[in-house]
Amino acid sequence: MSDKNPNDCRFTKSHEWVAVDGTVGLSDHAQKEITDVVFVELPKVGKEFKAGEAAAVVESVKAAFDIYAPVSGKVTKVNNDVVKNPALVNQSPYGTGWLFHIEKANAAEENALMNHGDYQKFVSTDEH
Amino acid sequence: MFQPNAPSDEKDLLKAIGVASFDELIRRLPARHVNPGLGLANEMPEVEITRYLSELAAKNAQPLSFLGAGAYDHFSPAAVGALALRGEFATAYTPYQPEASQGTLQVIFEFQSMVAEIFGMDIANASLYDGASALAEAALVAFRHTDRPVLLVPDALHPHYRRTLDTYFGSAADFKIVTVACPRGTIDAGDLAAKINANDGNVAGVVVQTPNFFGCLEDGAAIASAAHAAGALVIAVSNPLALGVVAPPGEWDADIAVGDGQPLGLPVSFGGPYVGLFACKKEFMRKMPGRICGQTVDVDGKTGYVLTLQAREQHIRREKANSNICTNQNLCATHFTIHTAMLGPEGLRELAELNLQLAHYAAEQLSKLPGCKLSFETPYFNEFVLEVPGDVDAVHKRLLDLGILAGLPLKTFYPKLDRHLLINVTERKTKADIDRLVSAVGSLK
Amino acid sequence: MSAMPPKNRPVGVSRLETLLIDQSVKGRRAMRVPEAPVAQPIDRLIPAKFLRQRKPRLPEVTEFQVVRHFTRLSTLNYSIDANFYPLGSCTMKYNPKVNDAMANLPGFRQAHPLAPESTVQGLLEAMYNLEQWLVKMSGFAHFTLHPAAGAHGEFTGILVAQAYHRAKGRLNKTKVIVPDSAHGTNPASAALAHLTVVTVKSQANGHIDMADFRAKLDDDVALVMLTLPNTLGLFEEEIEAITRESHAKGALVYLDGANFNALAGLIRPGDLGFDICHINLHKTFSTPHGGGGPGAGPVGVTKELEPFLPVPRVVKDGDTYRVRDSKHHYPQSIGQLRSFFGNTGILIRAYTYMLSLGEDGVKEMSRRAIINANYVRVRLKDVFHAVSNEPCMHEAVFSGTPILEHGVKTLDLAKRLLDYGYYAPTIYFPLIVPEALMIEPTETETPETLEAFCATVEEIVREIKDNPAVVKEAPHTTPVRRLDEVKAAREPMLRWTTANEPAVYGGRSTERAARA
Repeated sequence: MSDKNPNDCRFTKSHEWVAVDGTVGLSDHAQKEITDVVFVELPKVGKEFKAGEAAAVVESVKAAFDIYAPVSGKVTKVNNDVVKNPALVNQSPYGTGWLFHIEKANAAEENALMNHGDYQKFVSTDEH
Repeated sequence: MFQPNAPSDEKDLLKAIGVASFDELIRRLPARHVNPGLGLANEMPEVEITRYLSELAAKNAQPLSFLGAGAYDHFSPAAVGALALRGEFATAYTPYQPEASQGTLQVIFEFQSMVAEIFGMDIANASLYDGASALAEAALVAFRHTDRPVLLVPDALHPHYRRTLDTYFGSAADFKIVTVACPRGTIDAGDLAAKINANDGNVAGVVVQTPNFFGCLEDGAAIASAAHAAGALVIAVSNPLALGVVAPPGEWDADIAVGDGQPLGLPVSFGGPYVGLFACKKEFMRKMPGRICGQTVDVDGKTGYVLTLQAREQHIRREKANSNICTNQNLCATHFTIHTAMLGPEGLRELAELNLQLAHYAAEQLSKLPGCKLSFETPYFNEFVLEVPGDVDAVHKRLLDLGILAGLPLKTFYPKLDRHLLINVTERKTKADIDRLVSAVGSLK
Repeated sequence: MSAMPPKNRPVGVSRLETLLIDQSVKGRRAMRVPEAPVAQPIDRLIPAKFLRQRKPRLPEVTEFQVVRHFTRLSTLNYSIDANFYPLGSCTMKYNPKVNDAMANLPGFRQAHPLAPESTVQGLLEAMYNLEQWLVKMSGFAHFTLHPAAGAHGEFTGILVAQAYHRAKGRLNKTKVIVPDSAHGTNPASAALAHLTVVTVKSQANGHIDMADFRAKLDDDVALVMLTLPNTLGLFEEEIEAITRESHAKGALVYLDGANFNALAGLIRPGDLGFDICHINLHKTFSTPHGGGGPGAGPVGVTKELEPFLPVPRVVKDGDTYRVRDSKHHYPQSIGQLRSFFGNTGILIRAYTYMLSLGEDGVKEMSRRAIINANYVRVRLKDVFHAVSNEPCMHEAVFSGTPILEHGVKTLDLAKRLLDYGYYAPTIYFPLIVPEALMIEPTETETPETLEAFCATVEEIVREIKDNPAVVKEAPHTTPVRRLDEVKAAREPMLRWTTANEPAVYGGRSTERAARA
């Protein structure tokens, strides 16, 4: 799978991105904040989530971060490479560090999310 | 007094703080509740404390005891206490700063290795409170891993372990603890099959204790086979000393193995502190509760040890943690590690065999007495159930009057076993001790 | 790079040790096991299918090797006996040696928990008396000595609260209020009981945000869990309002007794409206930390909650002490949470300590703990940013933010303290304080020790300005330096290798170089 261009993605306030094709990952800003990812717990294929529901967990040495489904839908694929090699999330958050793939249930939901420019403004001003 | 109390100390400190009196420091406390009279005794100097507590301790009779039932009187060599109670081990803190704690951490690593090896499992954690709470934690792993609500538990499981499960899970509507009958001392295969069928698709785990509370050995392999066929996990509960001779859980495909390490290095001490053991297959590694120590390297490439996989624990994950445990039983785990190091693999086997032989000698001699018989025909380790003639409480009392604590009358836990004693024999008993028990029982008419 | 010669460095050999398994030589024995006086063939006693097939891989060494190995390992540790531990919320005070001696008296050590009551009267009397001491110090009506640790006590207390509400038919009460500054065991224990955790905000000064508390205190709240003093070392002035308003909504109030060292003898939680508490005996009552345990977490309750306490319990019947261990006597009891009575060896140690203190000693303990913490607070107030300007109780919380420059973090300062022979203070807790540093000196430290510690902190702050690398890369003089925790989490090696398996989950056997 080729790297996603962040400018084609939509972003949540909790730092997830979702691409046009339903791929979900963590933003570059998030992976920097988390620092070295040591483990990723991915959802089961077939599981359905509502937008904003906790779907996955990313762990660093000192913390664990819930990853929320950016949109509602069913998980159709998960990236087992990040389970074997969690460093991918840090090295390539828009590429080989993708987390899972969601089959979007409701196209309109994405309008509520930020585009890349707005997201970058959001992280530079917000404390989170 | 343990605080520095030279008269000048407090005055100088208050001056440095910049207050006229201690009361200024506590002015936010509600005045009417401050400094109540507690009605406590005055301080006792150490010589008086020693006298008083020695008198209390001496009030505890020490008959010739054949009482086990999950708390076993074994011998521990002098080196164990001498090493484990060194101030550097005993007064060290939890090893969150690994650079200052390599002693503690390496001991934990060796402990984890020994527990995994004795149980025949892949990995183990750094200890839990005791065997009963370790079983509760194992059940939690099974419930979450399988996403099923039912736990099958043998009637011959230690009653306190059963009660602990009932407390942890009994009041929650989501879980169900179902008992499997053990009419002949061990899990009845027919009843196990029936209970699995009755809860088809819902059994998260099957618990097997071997040796069980009655001392009997269970057919772990057969039970594991039935459990796995039903999609359930197998949770083994074992006495680590017994595993010197008895097949460990890893050899019959248990998924999780728990138990209490008390028999290897810890005194009976009226029930605690003991040490909960938790071992499992590698696939459950991230589901394990409690602390875990791992090996790594430092910036200079030296081998070192750290607490790892901490993101599972309460201080990070809070309400989403695998468990709520913080303090564990580390110093007890240290005793276990040093004691097991003193035994070695041959010593562990020999000691287990010695226990086995002594208990079988006792059982055989006792069952020759008129009216006495061994209750169960299954193989057993160092504990067995003996039926006695007459009123069991009267028998027990009369033996106590003769200076012998003849095990445990089982009817407190098993009302139907109302003529039965649970008798344990360890290497602390000589042949003469056993002969004395036998002749005392024989003398009762 | 100049690493200052450290003072109060742990003495000893400080050689790194290989694993004991790597020192193993086949056939070596430490402990001899007697021969069985009467022996039958093993397979006559146990059928082959129940016999162990594969020998465990355990070290084969001599006793002397065991003694050298663990003695050397012990010298790699910092410990209270050798080092000052300014660890907030842990109460790292002196562990009196008489405590250990009393727990080891044969009459206590050898007592069996299921022995007939008549044979353990002395032990039961000690346990009963310990409960009475806790009752008098805390103002609660009854105690249980059953829980094995603080978190175990929290779970016990939560189950008691739950049972109480159920008995009154209040099945809607499924929420637990926990401040955002609380220790992680609070929400974790609530979750274990299947209750919903509701977090209440703290103000910037560390006190509870009463508006947020009142907004979240509804009819579904079963329990409000508080630490007092709170985890910032401050006494919650609004405490009586909190307990009163909680009761008005039918909620019980729980005291996490981790900070009881500040209260004992000075003020009783029972007088402030608390309904349930746990006390950490390994904190306030000096039982040794043991590298992470064992502890004990007795739970105290008001009279109304007594029927729900766990069993077994010790009671006094005339002049006789009895163990009541069945639900016959306590039909509403939540039951047992572990095997047998409790961590008796720890309980004896705590009782011994209480006898050593007496009433005056208990009062002096909290008094001096508070004075010592305030000394540190004032002494370091121009170095760090104190969370609050009001006097603290037994611990002082700072934010390290003012002194952090050149990329140095509080963590680095903590590691540099190790080079000076001090264990680091608690860092990054409570979560609500950025770059938090929490210092609890306890009452057993002398003014000289406190002053030397504060002077060292100032020295390190100077180092941050003049030579930040020495702080960023600290520690330099400990047996190992900073460890790769990322590697430990990504490639877990949790045990020594087995004979047959590759070292995926096993540690590598490496020779560690001797260090001078």
